[in-house]
Amino acid sequence: MPGPTHVQATINGEEVNFLCEPRQSLLEVLRDVLGMTGTKEGCNDGNCGACTVLFDGRIIDSCLVLGVEIQGREVTTIEGLATADGLHPIQQAFLENAALQCGICTPGFIVAAKGLLDEEPDADEGRIRHWLAGNLCRCTGYDKIVRAVLDAGEKMK
Amino acid sequence: MVTVFIPTMLQPITGGVKQFDCEATNLRQVIERLDQLFPGIKDKLVEDGRIKPNLAVAIDGEVARMGLLEKVGENSEVHFVPAIGGGAC
Amino acid sequence: MVANIVLSEVEYTHIGKRPIRPDGVDKVIGRAQYGPDITLKGLLHGKVLRSPYAHARIKSIDTSQAEDYPGVKAVITAQDLPFASLSKEELGAGYQALKFASDHILAGGKVLFKGHPVAAVAAANPHVAEEAAKLIKVEYEELPPVMSVLEAMADGATLLHDDLYTSSLGETSQTASNVAAHARYEKGDVVQGFDEAAVVVEREFQTASVHQGYIEPHNGTALWSADGQLDVWCSTQGAFTVRSSLANVLRHPVSKIKVTPMEMGGGFGGKISIYLEPLAALLSKKSGQPVKLVMNRVEVFEASGPAAGSLIKVKMGATKDGKLTACQAELALDAGAYPGSPAMSAAMCAFACYDYPNGLLDAYDVVVNKPKTQAYRAPGSPQAAYAVESVVDELCEKLGIDPVEFRLRNASKEGTRRIEGPVYRRIGLVECLEAARSHNHYQTPVDVQPSGKLRGRGVASGFWFNRGFVSSCNLTLNPDGTVSVVMGSVDLCGTRASIAQQTAEALGIAYEDIKPSIADTDSIGYTFITGGSRTTFATGLATINASQDIKQRMIERAAAIWEAKVEDVEYVDAVLQHKSDSELRMTFKELAGRTLTTGGSITAQCNIDPPGEGNSFAVHIVDVEVDQETGKVDILRYTAIQDCGKAVHPSYVEGQMQGGAAQGIGWALNEEYFFNGQGQMTNSSFLDYRMPISLDLPMIDTVIVEVANPGHPYGVRGVGETPIVPPLAAIANAVYQATGVRMQSLPITPGKVLDALWSQNGS
Repeated sequence: MPGPTHVQATINGEEVNFLCEPRQSLLEVLRDVLGMTGTKEGCNDGNCGACTVLFDGRIIDSCLVLGVEIQGREVTTIEGLATADGLHPIQQAFLENAALQCGICTPGFIVAAKGLLDEEPDADEGRIRHWLAGNLCRCTGYDKIVRAVLDAGEKMK
Repeated sequence: MVTVFIPTMLQPITGGVKQFDCEATNLRQVIERLDQLFPGIKDKLVEDGRIKPNLAVAIDGEVARMGLLEKVGENSEVHFVPAIGGGAC
Repeated sequence: MVANIVLSEVEYTHIGKRPIRPDGVDKVIGRAQYGPDITLKGLLHGKVLRSPYAHARIKSIDTSQAEDYPGVKAVITAQDLPFASLSKEELGAGYQALKFASDHILAGGKVLFKGHPVAAVAAANPHVAEEAAKLIKVEYEELPPVMSVLEAMADGATLLHDDLYTSSLGETSQTASNVAAHARYEKGDVVQGFDEAAVVVEREFQTASVHQGYIEPHNGTALWSADGQLDVWCSTQGAFTVRSSLANVLRHPVSKIKVTPMEMGGGFGGKISIYLEPLAALLSKKSGQPVKLVMNRVEVFEASGPAAGSLIKVKMGATKDGKLTACQAELALDAGAYPGSPAMSAAMCAFACYDYPNGLLDAYDVVVNKPKTQAYRAPGSPQAAYAVESVVDELCEKLGIDPVEFRLRNASKEGTRRIEGPVYRRIGLVECLEAARSHNHYQTPVDVQPSGKLRGRGVASGFWFNRGFVSSCNLTLNPDGTVSVVMGSVDLCGTRASIAQQTAEALGIAYEDIKPSIADTDSIGYTFITGGSRTTFATGLATINASQDIKQRMIERAAAIWEAKVEDVEYVDAVLQHKSDSELRMTFKELAGRTLTTGGSITAQCNIDPPGEGNSFAVHIVDVEVDQETGKVDILRYTAIQDCGKAVHPSYVEGQMQGGAAQGIGWALNEEYFFNGQGQMTNSSFLDYRMPISLDLPMIDTVIVEVANPGHPYGVRGVGETPIVPPLAAIANAVYQATGVRMQSLPITPGKVLDALWSQNGS
């Protein structure tokens, strides 16, 4: 087993240096090495979207990327959305629309929605349902999540 | 008088009797009266001094929460029903 | 488009409003601590070695190589569990033979399902633990797996347990059997009832094993100190059931176990039993360090959950003018490897929506070589309703009566006697059916179908009990006039909000001034699981009662401050006032600010096991489209109608109804455990076990019918269970309307639809 590798990356706008084993996924690095447990593990095989993060602005499942692969790249996690001024409009919309129940899928949905709305704030219901098809929620039936994303889109225009 | 409804599966013990009226103020007395008339029925309902696991007793539609100490009213109906669990969210 | 409607009877200040949940911010910024998020100094990581076979005898286990592997701190097998007898102990939400519970945690003599734990390892990190677990050598003697209730019930069937006997209300069979229990319920005379019927329909239905599908995997972290104190952190629906289960399985006193419930990433009934907690405890005891175990998704599918598969025969008869004369059902639900399927509740729910003179029910709890089944939202009721509501639909068709009208003619109402005996109090099925009949969805004809597609509409009803059970809460009046509510109920989906609303309503203060939190098992009185749609009702009652106590204590304090008689002081709209001296007046906050200098804090607590369960009924309407080329069924429109009693937070009530409907849609159309010939599950990932995604579903309209529950001061019934009950049959009925084929087995996969369409065409 090769030893730990040094990685330098930008996470939520800050330069981060860490050591990780080559076999460790980005999800594992975020949670276990960096202590950023906002990104959740639901399946560890890319099928639930609970670990969604933005990787150079694109949404990815962080369980499908190795920690060493973010060398020199930019990652945004759920912890990077709210500012000192308050919640991100998507986070606010999720609260106001009761778009979370147990909340375990919520960070993944919010980050995925950001990936969409940053580019297409006027995305309609169909587009939102397509975009979020990689994120599983077992509590809500998606109704209120889709409404929250529509609502956030209005606010982000 | 308290009316006790005998579960279908215990009716062989009661010789087919489906309902039974008795004077009682709590569930323990109800079962004692039942057992006096239909010996052996208590063993089917009670184990180690408590209602058998997975069995519940409904008194006037409310599941007894005090076990054998549950009070019964003058015209109460007593039913033996399966206990249930659950899990919503 | 119609969306969410609340048919309200009474308006309140806080009840019925839609405030932001108290735990909301933490959950949208990623700060909330779920079970797997915990870390402790010196934390080790565990891995479970699981059986590759569905049924086998363990001949030997050799852990020596794993123990010698660098970085490994402890290895355990069933040898490390204390002796367990067949005595029945409280484990999870019911009673279970201790031996079975213990064997389920770690297999002793036999493995009974693929994924059955055989050993566990703790090591410095999860990768080392996984590598070491692979070094454990287990020698098995394979046995034939028993996978269906039919096989299991057949004469001469291979037995899973040689010490399991059929129990039927106190009677125990003479010989060992795979049938753990049989129950029979009867009213009137079904033979006579069927004789009186103009139409009789008899059908048999099957449903597959399905998983609750919570996104957060099972997890458990334990620290066993040298003095015997055992601290456990886990995701559970009930910290106290974890405590009592651990105490029983580990033979350790409850006073030495503290369970801290973490935030919970979905349970639906599947997070009541213990799985990893006792393994983490034993590994911690052996290593002297805290140990965390988290299942991966394969383990979740193969070794936790699922809901029972079923085989249900239903026979119903009705007169020409659509009055039911007799209802009969035989229900066999598979329990998985150990007894405990919801066969009995399935039986009690089967005909719960109907008022009928003659009935006969036989229910069987049957063990098979699948993972031990667990509760899943209204356990047993969806399977039963699928069968019954499909037969009702066929009766309606044969009689030429509208399905909502037929259900209205036979609806259970106040005074209807249930087959197991009790009589309904005020219930709202009729109101739900009337709301369905007048709903825009039902009033609008099914859209014209495009070519190659078939469309149809289905309707079905459903029932759940919503029984109360034990809850505790502690209230503290803080010096700034806020009130802390500490409860034993875990928050699955808005519990903090609904309890805060009820407290605010009872005290007459602002919702924002209530601070709800959830305590560990050392810090609050015993509280039963969050589940069974009990929490908003029972824990709500606890906080309302404690609030009354707070008010009384405040009256007494004001009287003391004013040197007045207690009976001369009253509490009106959160103001303390003297009944005759209008000068003597203090607001809630003013008095709160004076408590510390006038005798100390004001607190109150309530422990309650409330009567007054508010039974809940639902009616769902669904429009489907069936693709004749592919057999795929799409949901075009969905409306869920339910009597929830008073909706405390209508948004979260709607969310329960929508989420339950979505799970039911998955159950009806996509979800099933595939087993190969060796009894091994072959689709244990979210890719192959296909739960509904956002693209599969339309918006789900809801109608909350508020028929107040007389057993609760604000009329609360509970909501979460019932919405999963009607979808299975509603969709099957809609598929029939579209295609002319009755689907008698779930899920209604494209393959089954095509087979049915082709055999219908004779091609």
